[in-house]
Order: sequence, then structure tokens, then C-alpha cells
Amino acid sequence: MSVRVFVPGDAGALAVGADDVAQAIERVAAEQGTAVEIVRNGSRGLYWLEPLVEVETETGRVAYGPVAPHDVKELFEAGFLEGKPSGLFLGATEEIPFLKRQTRLTFARCGVVDPRSLDDYRAHGGTAGLAHALKMPPAEIVEQVKASGLRGRGGAGFPTGIKWETALKAAAGRKYVVCNADEGDSGTFADRMIMEGDPFLLIEGMTIAGLAIGATKGFVYLRSEYPHAEIAMNAAIAAARRAGLLGPDVGGSGKAFELEVRMGAGAYVCGEETSLLESLEGKRGQVRAKPPLPAHKGLFGKPTIINNVLTFAAVPYILSEGAERYRDFGMGRSRGTMPIQLAGNVKHGGLFETAFGVTLGDLVNDIGGGTATGRPVRAVQVGGPLGAYFPPELFDTPFDYEAFTAKDGLIGHGGIVVFDDTVDMAEQARFALEFCAIESCGKCTPCRIGSIRGTEVIDRIVAGENVEANLALVEELCETMRFGSLCALGGFTPFPVLSALRHYPEDFSGAHARRMQAAE
Amino acid sequence: MSGDGHDALVREIVDAHRGVDGATLPILNKVQETLGYVPDAALPIVAEALNISPAEVYGVLTFYHDYRREPPGRHVVKLCRAEACQAAGGREVAEHICQRLGVGFGETSPDGRVTLEAVYCLGLCATAPSAMVDGRVVGRIDHERADAIAAEVNQ
Repeated sequence: MSVRVFVPGDAGALAVGADDVAQAIERVAAEQGTAVEIVRNGSRGLYWLEPLVEVETETGRVAYGPVAPHDVKELFEAGFLEGKPSGLFLGATEEIPFLKRQTRLTFARCGVVDPRSLDDYRAHGGTAGLAHALKMPPAEIVEQVKASGLRGRGGAGFPTGIKWETALKAAAGRKYVVCNADEGDSGTFADRMIMEGDPFLLIEGMTIAGLAIGATKGFVYLRSEYPHAEIAMNAAIAAARRAGLLGPDVGGSGKAFELEVRMGAGAYVCGEETSLLESLEGKRGQVRAKPPLPAHKGLFGKPTIINNVLTFAAVPYILSEGAERYRDFGMGRSRGTMPIQLAGNVKHGGLFETAFGVTLGDLVNDIGGGTATGRPVRAVQVGGPLGAYFPPELFDTPFDYEAFTAKDGLIGHGGIVVFDDTVDMAEQARFALEFCAIESCGKCTPCRIGSIRGTEVIDRIVAGENVEANLALVEELCETMRFGSLCALGGFTPFPVLSALRHYPEDFSGAHARRMQAAE
Repeated sequence: MSGDGHDALVREIVDAHRGVDGATLPILNKVQETLGYVPDAALPIVAEALNISPAEVYGVLTFYHDYRREPPGRHVVKLCRAEACQAAGGREVAEHICQRLGVGFGETSPDGRVTLEAVYCLGLCATAPSAMVDGRVVGRIDHERADAIAAEVNQ
């Protein structure tokens, strides 16, 4: 019998040479006449160890990493196919502290299963939630989701069950389920990992949503920067269709649900739900004014629920294990788990799923291990390009929707980008406005014009022109953007700008340049 | 070099999307995937098939960052310039790559060798800085990896 060896096919692993490692293993195995079966799994989310190679042994899976192609011969010689230790040996995968400390509900299978195998998905508990949902009337599915306390994982944190209930109650001959897979926030990759590593989970979650609101068609709106996710999703949808999990008769229930992947074309603002709908309809991705809510009048004017990948991906667990089981995790009004992503200049970058309530400091210093460069952490941006910068003084903030709002920040899609003490916060504040200017859809003035004027004012402050007056002007401009913009792009860009000004005022008066000079 | 020679191909793509709801992006994506850009001559063909005005197609074409209206270089390098990559030394890597490739962002080298484009996040934020070189992802880019990319492209 051949030994099963796992080499991730996840884009993050491919980016650091996983394909070359897989080929090297095949080659050496062939040379030695050893039978190996290479499974291209998703990533476990321990990116500093990628490419992370696992071997299935009698006592479970053991890991080696980070493996380079030139390490492979040595691994064979050290007996890695029997799980024997060598220089890159990490022990039993599940016992690696970064993994062991997590509560993986949504990511339970990611990195474990073969993402192309529906049988593997089923063998690891997949489709159990759908089986339960198929026995329930729509209102009961919605009730379960409501009772779980699940809130939208895309950033807004709106209660998912309420959204679904609104769409369920909307009378229409045709309704849609739309997955927002336009994961554009820098520092986030959880959606990508699910689509590449456990695509059937998203299909299952969206199918349950379709049953819940009475929709027969779903779209996954996927960003063009994720070609590997496109391939994985399309393959999984085709497999689900062949197995009768999608199509006119879902699981033999007589109910229909069909799924289609639609690719974006590089527009950050299309992650905003109404802009996404415009794009799906074939138009410029310009934001719509609300109301009407998409749940009343969404895609092609029909009632539509739009949720993030992680929101749909949380649903199968809720349906299979029960709303209360999910609800038991978390704190306050933030229930369940959040897949948090540690990125940027961090020693242990990756995916860390845990119940709400862990502090920012624990995430960055303890779990993330501080910076990759070994220098002191100076700032972390939480929640993507529209999220606030947090200094170490605020590291006692618990990861929770309300707690972050109280500190003038947001958790967004759960991305944390770590910066060391070489960062120039005036440059970061300027970039936030510049990014807003590049990506603005142009529909509302505060965002379209405010972002450009903002970069100019920051430049003047840094140049030392009328500093007091220009600082007041930036504050005022941010207030206009905050309250006058149609969507979160213009409305939230003030978060990174104002937090940089508040916590790092010295960088706006040339302190960064002086610091860098002193360092040299 | 006009787009005239591509009319038949654009028509073929348009025909393959009959009955698709909201087909503008799927059509333009396919045209660009096939030709590397969307020639101006495609606009009236797409407009007619979708029963919208050429101005509307133009509006869509110019809204999305991905679409090119000119053919790209033989190689396309997309370098991430977003925060996670900035935090990991991306600004310096960007300068280095521009220098090695001899082009700025949004430019194609005069010899048609390479086009350098900025992207804002490839979702490779824990293996930053990252890039996509002719569709292949590359992470943890330091000077050595940047030089390897340049060598591959400059061949």
C-alpha cells in the first residue's frame, strides 16, 4: 500500500514552492521504487512553515516544514515516509501549538481533506448540516441561524439570521443567494483558504441558505486575483452536481439549487454588497443607495441575500451541531468563532480560528510571535485597509465587534497586519487615502474628492505647511467622509487616517525621518 | 495594430454567452483572457449583442482595473502594493523590481518584453511580499527572488 503524503495546493503554499516540492517527492519516490500517493490538500494555515508536508502514519499525521525541493532527498533518507524525525520534523500536526490552541469549527477540514474529493468531505462530517436542513421547513433553518448569534463575517457584523428572515418573508417568484468572495482586504486570506481547501463547505452553506429563503440560484462573486480558488470552486461545483447535491433535486429532496462562479475584474469596491450586485448585473461596480435593502430588492431587482464566504461556511456547523453549540463560543454579542488572519511583518503568520474574546496582544505577540524582523511591534492594522491602526498600548482590546468599535476601530474580516518600528505612520495614513482614491467608485463626492484632497493635505502637514490648520482640516475632511459617504469605502477610510494621527502624531512632524536617520 | 482582425473571435465569445444574465463581465473577461486585452473594435459588437450602448460597455471596461485596452508585454508581472506587503518590505521590493525590469507601474517596456502592474492584495499576506508572474504566484520576495523574476522575464 502506498503512503499518503500531503503537499498543499493552496496558493500561499504554491507561492513558496509547493509544486516543486511535490515534484521532488514524486521523483525521489520513483527513483527509490517507493509507492507514494501525493494529496494536494489545502493549507493548515501555518504559513511560516509552508510548504508544510505531512505524512500519514499509523499513529496519525506528522508534519515537516518548511520543506524546500533540495530537502526532499534527505527527508527520504531520514525515513520521513515512516514519520521518523529529521531536521524539519514538526511532530504530530495536530500537536503543533499554533494549531492545538485553535477552535476550528469553520476550518475543521481545511488542510486535512483532499479538496477535490466529495467522499473525503463526507467522511469528515461534510453534508451533515445540509441533511438536517433538508428535513426542516425554511423558517426553522432561519430560526437556527438566528439562534446561533452568527453575524456577517465580511466586516459589517450584521446578524445573519435577520437578513435571511427578511429575504424569506419577501414575496417573489425568484430569489438569489450571493456569496461575496471579493476578499479584497489586505491581510486577509481566510475566504481564499476555504475555497481552495474546503470548497464543498461553501457549497453546502450556500445550498442551506437557498433552502432557507426559497432561492434556486446562487452566485459566487469571486475576485480575479484568486485564480486557484476559481479552479477549486468550479471543480467542486461540478462534483456536487454529479453527486446530485446541486441541481434540480438537491439530495433527493425535490428542491432545486444551482450555483455559478462569476469572476470580478479588479475593483476593491465590488466587495461592497450593492456594488457587487451591480457588477453581477454586468454594470460598473457603483454603489447603490439603501434602501431598498438587497433582501427586498437585490440582484436583478429580486430579493437577495449576500453573505461573505466565512458566514456561509459557518452555517453547516450550526445546522449539524446545533445553534447552541455554536453560540456557546464567544463573548457579549459576538458569538461563535472568528477565523483571524495574522499577516505582514509577523513571525508566525497564518490562520488562527478562535472564539471571540482573545486580546489583540495575545494574537500579535503570543500567537503571532511578534515581528518576523525581530524588531519591536509599533502598529497593527486590524480589519483591512479601512481598519484602524492600533498601538501596543491598546493591545488589551478583546477581539469582539463592540470592543473594537469602542476603540474607534473595527474587526472587519479579521485580518491583522503587523508593522515593526520602521513604519512611517504618515505614509500609512496617506496610503489609506490614496487607496480610497484609486478604488472609489466615484458615485459620492466625499469619497471621490475627499480622498484625493486628503492625500494633498497630509503631504502639506508632512512638509510642515500650516500644520495646525491642516490637521484641523484633515479631521474635518474625515468627518465629512465618515458621515457623508454612501458606503464603507469612503465612510471607513477615516479609521486608518485618524488612528494614525491620534496614536502617532510625531510621525506627521518628521519624527520618522529623524528616527530612520538615527538608526543609520 | 487594430482590433479588426479579432472581430470573429469576439463574436464567437459573445455567441457563447447568449442567455447569460449580466453577461458583460463574463464576455469582457473572456476577451481579455484570449487576447490579453480588449480591443476597441470589440465594444460595438458586445454592445449590440447585449442590447446596450457602446458607451455603457466603455463605462464598464474603464471602471475595472483588470481590463487593458492595449496589448500587454510578453510577460505580465503583478506586484502587490497593499498594506501586508508594505509591512514586509514591499515598498523597497517594488523599487527594486521597477529598476530591474526597467519599467514603472502601469507601464510596458518599449520592446514589449514586460508589463508591470500594481495589484492590491493577492491573498498571500502571510507569505508577503507577493507577486503574480504570468499567472504564477510568488511569495516571500526578497532581492534574490526579485532578481530571479527579472531574469526570467528579461530573457
